[in-house]
Amino acid sequence: MEPKDISRRKFIRATGLSATALTLGFYFSGESKASTIIKGEDAENYGVSLNSWIHIDTNGKVTIVSHRAEMGQGAYQAIPQMIAEELEVNLDEVNIIFGKGDTVKYGNQITGGSSTVRGTYKNLSKLSASAREMLITAAANKWNVPAAECYAEAGHVIHRPSGKKMHYGELVVDASKLEAPKNVQLKKIEDYKLVRKPLPRQDTPLKTNGTAVFGIDKTLPGMLYAMVERNPRLRGKVKSYDDTAALKVPGVKKVFKVTMKVFDTDREGIAVVAESTWAAMQGRKALKVVWDDTGFDYVNTEDIYKKMKAELQSKEGLSAKKQGDPDPILAQQKTKLDVVYETPYQAHACMEPLNCIAHHKGDSIEIWGPIQAPDWVQGDISQKMGVKKENVIVNMTFLGGGFGRKAFLDYTHEACLISKEAGAPVQVIWTREDDMTQGPFRPGVSYRAEGAVNNGEISAIKFRLCGQNIGHWMGSKKDVPNDSVLEGFQPHYFDSIKNISFSDVPFETPIPIMWWRSVYASTNGFAYESFMDELAIAAGKDPLAFRKQHLKSDRCQKLLDKVEEVSGWKNRKPKQGYGIAITECFSSTVAQVVKVSKDATGKIKIDKVWAVIDCGWYVNPDTVRAQVEGSIVMALGAATNHEIHFKDGLTVEKNFNTYRMPKINEIPPIEVFIMDNNEDAGGVGEPGLPPFTPALTNAIYDLTGKRIRKLPFDLAKV
Amino acid sequence: MAKITLKVNKKEHTIDADPQMPLLWAIRDIVGLKGTKYGCGVAQCGACTVHMEGQPVRSCSIPVIGAANKSITTIEGLSDDNSHPVQAAWIEEQVPQCGYCQSGQIMAAVALLQKKTSPTDADIDAAMQGHICRCGTYPRIREAIKKASKKMTVKG
Ligand code: FES
Ligand code: FES
Repeated sequence: MEPKDISRRKFIRATGLSATALTLGFYFSGESKASTIIKGEDAENYGVSLNSWIHIDTNGKVTIVSHRAEMGQGAYQAIPQMIAEELEVNLDEVNIIFGKGDTVKYGNQITGGSSTVRGTYKNLSKLSASAREMLITAAANKWNVPAAECYAEAGHVIHRPSGKKMHYGELVVDASKLEAPKNVQLKKIEDYKLVRKPLPRQDTPLKTNGTAVFGIDKTLPGMLYAMVERNPRLRGKVKSYDDTAALKVPGVKKVFKVTMKVFDTDREGIAVVAESTWAAMQGRKALKVVWDDTGFDYVNTEDIYKKMKAELQSKEGLSAKKQGDPDPILAQQKTKLDVVYETPYQAHACMEPLNCIAHHKGDSIEIWGPIQAPDWVQGDISQKMGVKKENVIVNMTFLGGGFGRKAFLDYTHEACLISKEAGAPVQVIWTREDDMTQGPFRPGVSYRAEGAVNNGEISAIKFRLCGQNIGHWMGSKKDVPNDSVLEGFQPHYFDSIKNISFSDVPFETPIPIMWWRSVYASTNGFAYESFMDELAIAAGKDPLAFRKQHLKSDRCQKLLDKVEEVSGWKNRKPKQGYGIAITECFSSTVAQVVKVSKDATGKIKIDKVWAVIDCGWYVNPDTVRAQVEGSIVMALGAATNHEIHFKDGLTVEKNFNTYRMPKINEIPPIEVFIMDNNEDAGGVGEPGLPPFTPALTNAIYDLTGKRIRKLPFDLAKV
Repeated sequence: MAKITLKVNKKEHTIDADPQMPLLWAIRDIVGLKGTKYGCGVAQCGACTVHMEGQPVRSCSIPVIGAANKSITTIEGLSDDNSHPVQAAWIEEQVPQCGYCQSGQIMAAVALLQKKTSPTDADIDAAMQGHICRCGTYPRIREAIKKASKKMTVKG
């Protein structure tokens, strides 16, 4: 239910804002002092647009568009926070609305690759500063004074000598007729009022009283609900089905076969369209379907890992990066390391299972849902459904988690097909079991690492990765190496390790795979930083000092100094259970120290995690901390709790009883520190994840002498 | 189908539903309160937690007939202006990320604090263990519960 009937005053109290914020689809009109609600559909017509992001009405009410998905990472806050900074408005006095999918207006909207801030801040800061300058010029023209005598503050332009003052609403019409200035002065970091401040998120109050509208919460007049019984084998088909019993379930309206695209393959299922979610579920249960699995590969997890191991022993793979030549050095060495690391397949398991509403109206389609890439969906649906792009309207709701899964295009396509056939707006809801078993998954990846040390230094490293390549599903050539082989590896290692190579040993299975928070860094980080630890120990060096020795860049040194200081590394003694790891991805470097001990039962207990992130320029330190905390918890689950197995082509884990998430009692205290510098912005949502697992297993080695090379593992059975 | 009276947030709703329909779907699809979430459907995640006669229950696993005439409180019934001390503490600690699990987390925390005004860490572990947060907001949930406890004991 959207808060249609909530009074303005009440709403203000509810959100803790002195003006209005919105839940998706509706917001309060700035024109009227009463509680008029304007439909989200009209939102962009709201006020005068100074550019695609900034709209100001004649009363001075500012509306800022957040064009990226809000899936927990704080885009809903970060984008307006940086715009408001340069625009000179108070953040708690602006409306925030989600942008619809529109590449013309907003450019790239895919929320992925930790790109929301780092990919937009320069452009958005400039756009906002230039809007501010246009408002200042409009005021100066009105007053007939030099613009240099005017400045902007809190939604007003002020003439410094006379103290004259006008609010943006009085200026916006004139300002919008001006040419946007090309060269604008951006603020200095030390002058920031909003950016770099831990401001409370504007979406928080909507998430503590149940009013935030997620995809699954959205309703439309006349909307029907659908469930789909899909072939449980990952890419099997339908042979035949009997819907007699299903159609007798009260509330069930229609049953039909639906074929959606999973990359370039088809996934077939039977859709049950009904008057309620429950009726659709019951109808689905009553279906009798005979599946066609001809030509299907009955994959098994065990075979996958056996095969990957064999490939890593027998094949060199495609060379992805080579500096010097590790081979002759490794050949000479008597004492060299040669080990294999294994990481599992994982489900995204977003808390909000997949769902999507589509309304196919003939020559136009409107979509609502938890969508990470509204612009991609627009293009994809236009192409697959044969509807003009401008007639495909894609509305984002809040997302109950995304982690890469909701950037995929299967569920939106399926919803459109179902709405078309049903002739009504339809919400397709995936059960948890559907969501967990159908993929796409994070690929499980195995690594072979060979290396040697000489005089306390790394003399050669040779890494081979063997695992499915996500790029292949998107059409990239199979004879080029996976370009993600280096993800997670701190690039400054190349400054000191003169003989090093990375290669990709190609590996295919029929399992659909997709990005999962931090993508290949989530598994690479474990292999590479575990191996650094093994080399440090082989060299007889302190693992943290060993990293400092090999990462000579100023930023890495400062980062390592910081983690050394905050974790008390220097005062620790060996074998006390301290481990370190440092990884880089999406232009941010994170170092973590983990401290472990054994409890009375012999179980490994994680006592504490210290994390230091260098993400350059950032918007909201509290959001940065929250993202690193969340990344650590997600890494902890993937390292010690859960894994997706396949048996005869079926996904074994179906729900949280077997895909066991970490719980509150398993979470150690986490302390996060942010490096302050003036470097370019890096990512925040993902880079905190990769270093946790190797820091943990390195700590376990320090405590117990046991090296963990296969994930996940049981903390009770080390 | 059967006529069933539901008392949700002190308001009576007479609905016509399959008596076996889980309370969760009756609350969401028929009563129309969407704050209570579907996460697993099998009592494993806690996203659907509501109070029934003051006790936290998993609405996905209770047939709606079992809730007939009982007093049900959902997240919307706590307060719509975030004035409940647990909601206020959640905002102060900036707990939610995606927010999807938080209605259930908050309802569980409220039930805990009703039983134990000053819960220990072990009490928090015991009460909150069945509640999954995929975004990993657990450290903040713990802090928020402690903060809410302080607010409630000072008041009360
Ligand atoms: S939906 Fe009820 S416990 Fe998960
Ligand atoms: S806040 Fe996202 S699942 Fe808890």
